[in-house]
Amino acid sequence: MRKEFRESIDRALHNTNLSEALGRFSEAYRSSRARAYEGIDFKALRTRIAEVKSSAASHLDSLSELFARNAEARGAKVFRTDSPEKVKEYILALARQKHVKRVVKSKSMASEEIHLNPYLEENGILVRETDLGEWIIQLAGQTPSHMVMPAIHMTREEVSELFSKEVNEQLSSDIPKLVKVARREIRGKFLEADMGISGANIAVAETGSIVLVTNEGNARLVTTLPKTHVAIIGIEKLVARIEDIIPILTALPKSATGQLLTSYVSIITGQTPNTDGSMKDLHIILMDNRRTEMANDPKFKQALQCIRCASCLNVCPVYRLVGGHVFGKIYTGGIGTILTAWFEGLKKSEEIQGLCIQCGNCKEVCPGKIDIPELILEIRRRLVTNEGQSLAQKALFSLVNNRRFFHAMLRTASLTQKPLAKEGFIRHLPMFLSDLTEFRSLPTIADVPFRDRFKEIKQPKLKEKAAFYVGCLIDFAYPETGEAIVRILNKAGIECVFPDEQTCCGALARYNGAYEVAAQNAIDNINALKKEDAQYIVSACPTCTVALKNEFINTFESLRKDSWIDKARVLSSRAMDFSTLITKLVDEGRLTFREGQQLGKITYHDSCHLKRTLNVHEEPRELLKKAGYELTEMFECDMCCGMGGSYSLKLPEISAPILQRKLKNIKDTAASVVAMDCPGCVMQIRGGLDKQISDIRATHTAELLAKQFK
Amino acid sequence: MFEQFKTRAEAVSAEVHHFPTKTGALEFILQLLHTEGIADAMQSYAVWADCRFLTGIDRKKLAEKVPGLRFDVTREVASESRIGITQMDWAIANTGTLAQDSVQVEQRLASSLPSIHLALVGTDKLLADLPSFLNKMSPRESGSIAMITGPSRTADIERVLTIGVHGPERLIIVFVDELEERDG
Repeated sequence: MRKEFRESIDRALHNTNLSEALGRFSEAYRSSRARAYEGIDFKALRTRIAEVKSSAASHLDSLSELFARNAEARGAKVFRTDSPEKVKEYILALARQKHVKRVVKSKSMASEEIHLNPYLEENGILVRETDLGEWIIQLAGQTPSHMVMPAIHMTREEVSELFSKEVNEQLSSDIPKLVKVARREIRGKFLEADMGISGANIAVAETGSIVLVTNEGNARLVTTLPKTHVAIIGIEKLVARIEDIIPILTALPKSATGQLLTSYVSIITGQTPNTDGSMKDLHIILMDNRRTEMANDPKFKQALQCIRCASCLNVCPVYRLVGGHVFGKIYTGGIGTILTAWFEGLKKSEEIQGLCIQCGNCKEVCPGKIDIPELILEIRRRLVTNEGQSLAQKALFSLVNNRRFFHAMLRTASLTQKPLAKEGFIRHLPMFLSDLTEFRSLPTIADVPFRDRFKEIKQPKLKEKAAFYVGCLIDFAYPETGEAIVRILNKAGIECVFPDEQTCCGALARYNGAYEVAAQNAIDNINALKKEDAQYIVSACPTCTVALKNEFINTFESLRKDSWIDKARVLSSRAMDFSTLITKLVDEGRLTFREGQQLGKITYHDSCHLKRTLNVHEEPRELLKKAGYELTEMFECDMCCGMGGSYSLKLPEISAPILQRKLKNIKDTAASVVAMDCPGCVMQIRGGLDKQISDIRATHTAELLAKQFK
Repeated sequence: MFEQFKTRAEAVSAEVHHFPTKTGALEFILQLLHTEGIADAMQSYAVWADCRFLTGIDRKKLAEKVPGLRFDVTREVASESRIGITQMDWAIANTGTLAQDSVQVEQRLASSLPSIHLALVGTDKLLADLPSFLNKMSPRESGSIAMITGPSRTADIERVLTIGVHGPERLIIVFVDELEERDG
C-alpha cells in the first residue's frame, strides 16, 4: 500500500463531516430500504433481474445489433464502439458539425468513465452538469464520491461557498435556498444549450428504447429542450425485451434511495419533435470498453448484472468511514472496485480492493445478485498471480501452516512480551506493533494449545463420534471454548475426536489472494479429516466452517483442481457450525436444558460468515434463550465488528472505528454479556471492551451454554 | 385502487383531488389559477396543453376569463409559466404514478417547466401496477413515455429532501370520473 493511499485513508477518517454524513445516511438507508421493499419478494425479484441481465450479458453483440436496428428504424443514429476515445471523438465531431457551443448533461456514469467533460471543455465546448450533485462536484472540480449521490461528501457550507463563487453573490447555507439558486442558474443553461447529453439506465433491444430515471427532472429537460440529444450507454445496460424493464424499475429506486419509484421515468424510442417542430437529432452511443471481455470471463460475467443502485456502498462498513474518494476511482465502493479493475485495469484496483473487509453485507442486498466479495477475492487472486506474493506474506503462510511450530513461535513471542501480558490480555505492544493494541487488547497465547489440552480431557468412550475442527484462535488463544464444546457433545452422547494433522483452514491465504496456499491447506485438511470415521465435523469458528463447507470447493474450482472437488464436497456435507449442530441435538431430545434458569440480560452479535454465508442467526439466539438468558437486540446486530481476520492487522485504522461503533451498540443495550459464535469476533470485541475497561463480558456461545444442560 | 393511489402519491408530496364531473374539476382549476395569481405577465402565465378534457370547452372564452391562461404551449411561454396543465393517460395505483404518451412536445413542456404541474386523469384510467401499464402503453406506439411520481425532488445536499429542483415543485393531481364519457 502506497504511503499516499494510507494518507488518504487517514485524511478521510479524520474528516468528521464526511464520516458523520455517511454514517447518518447508512443508518437511515437501512430502514428506508426495508420500508420500500415491504410486501415484495426481494429474493424472487433479484433472481429475475439476475436472469434478465445475465442472459443479456451472454448476447451483448446480438442485442447491440438488434437495438441499433430498431432505434435506427425509429430515426435515431446508433454508434457502436469499444473505445472510449472513439466515443469522445464522435461527440466532438458531432458538436462541431452542429456548431454546438453549450452542452447540458444529465447524470451519466459512462461519461464519467471516459472523462468526457474535460475533453469537451479542452475543445472549447461549455459543458454544464444539471444533476444537482453532479453540478456541485463539477464546480468543485472533483469526481463523484457515490454513484447515486455524487456530492454526499460535501456539507451545505461547502456547497454554499461553491455556489456563491459561481453566481457572484454571498449565499446562505440554507438548503432549500441553495436548491432554488441551482434551479434558477441551470434553467437558463437548459434553455440556451444546443446539445443534451444523457446516459441511460436501461436500453431495450427489441424496441430500440432507452429508459431514463431521475428525481430532479433534469433528464426530461436535457432530452426535450436542445435539438440534439446524445445518449452514452454502456452495453451492460441492454436488456432483450420491454418487460425486462419491470424488475429493474421495481428494484432500482428501492435499492438506490428507498423510493417506490423515482419522480420521473422516461422511455424514449427514436426521434421526437423538438420545440420548433423539427425532429430531434438523436444519437445513441453503445460503448463496450471491455464489457464484452468481462462477459466472456466466467468469474466476472456476473458483474454485468449491476443496475448501478449503489446499495453495496450504502451498507458497507468501510465505505461509510472513508467514502468514495478513498474507496473507489470513478466507480466507488464494492462494485466500483470490480468495475475499476476492468475499466481502468487490474493494477488500478490494487489498493482499493484491499479495503474490502469481506463482511458480505453488499452481497446480501445486491439487487443484481452479484457476489461482490467473491469477485473482490478473485481480483486479489489475480493480482497475486500477476504480481506475486510479498516475501513477508510468503513467510507468514509457511509459518501458519506448520501448526506446532506456529504455536511455539507465538508462545515464545508472548513469553518475551510477558511483562505486557495481564489477566489474559496483551494491552500494549512496542513500537511498530503498537497500532495493533491501541484500540483493543490482544489475547495472550495459551500455555498449552487446545490440541495438547485435548489429550488430557477425560471423555467417555462413545459410539457416535464428532471430529472437532479447532481453527487457530481456539487452538492457541481460547482453548476453553474447545473444552466447552467437548463437554456439551459428551452430554449428547457424542465423543469428540481431534484429527491431529488438521491445519489452517486457508482463510488467511485465500483472503490475501494466495489461492495456491489455500488449496494446499484444503488438501491437508481433507486428508486429515477423512481419516476419522466421524459422523459430524464440527467447528466453532464460522470462518473455518465456511472454508470447510464452501471455500475448499470454490478454491479448487478457481484453480481447476478438479480431482479434489468431489472430496471437498464429501467433507462439506459433513461439516457443521456449533450452533446448528447443538440446535439439532436439542431438537432430537439428546440435549435438555436445565429448567428455570434466570441468567440475566444478554445481547447477541452476528458474525459475518455465520449470518450471511451460513445463514445461521436464529439458532444461537434460540439456544441462549432456552438456556435462560434474556435477549436484548443491539442496533445493527449483524454489522461487522471490524476484525476481518488479518484485515485488523493490515488496516487497524479502519478496524478500530468499526469496532467503536459495535462497542457503543453493545453498551446501549445495558446487557452484561455479549454472545457471539466466532472466536475472531471474541478477540476483537473482548479486546475492545478490555481497552475501555468495561465490565461487559464478550463470550463464545459455546461457553455460555456449557453448564446449562442437564 | 383510488385510495391506494392517493396514499402512495401523497406519501411523495403530490396533492390528490377527485371530482365526479368535468364541471367540478374546471371550477377547481379556475380557483387554483386565481389563487396562484395567474396573469398576463412574465412568470405568471398558465399553459394548458391540448387534451381531451378541453373537448367541448370554449378555449377562447376561458382565456378571456383568465388573462394569462395560454393554450399555445411554446418553450418561451412554458418557461414563463407558473402553472402547466396536462391530461395524463394512466394512473398507476401501487406507486402513485401518472403516465402519459408525451411525444407531443407541448405535453413535455407543460409538465416540466412550470413550477406547478396540474395533471388531469380519468378515474377509470387507474391501473394496478407497472406491468399492467406496460400492457396498455408500448414504446412501439409511443416514442416518448413519461411516468411521473410526485414533484421534482433532490437530496443531493446533505441528504436533505428538497422539493422542486428542475421540474415542478408542486404536483396537483385531479381525478375526474366522467372525463372520458363526455368524449365518447
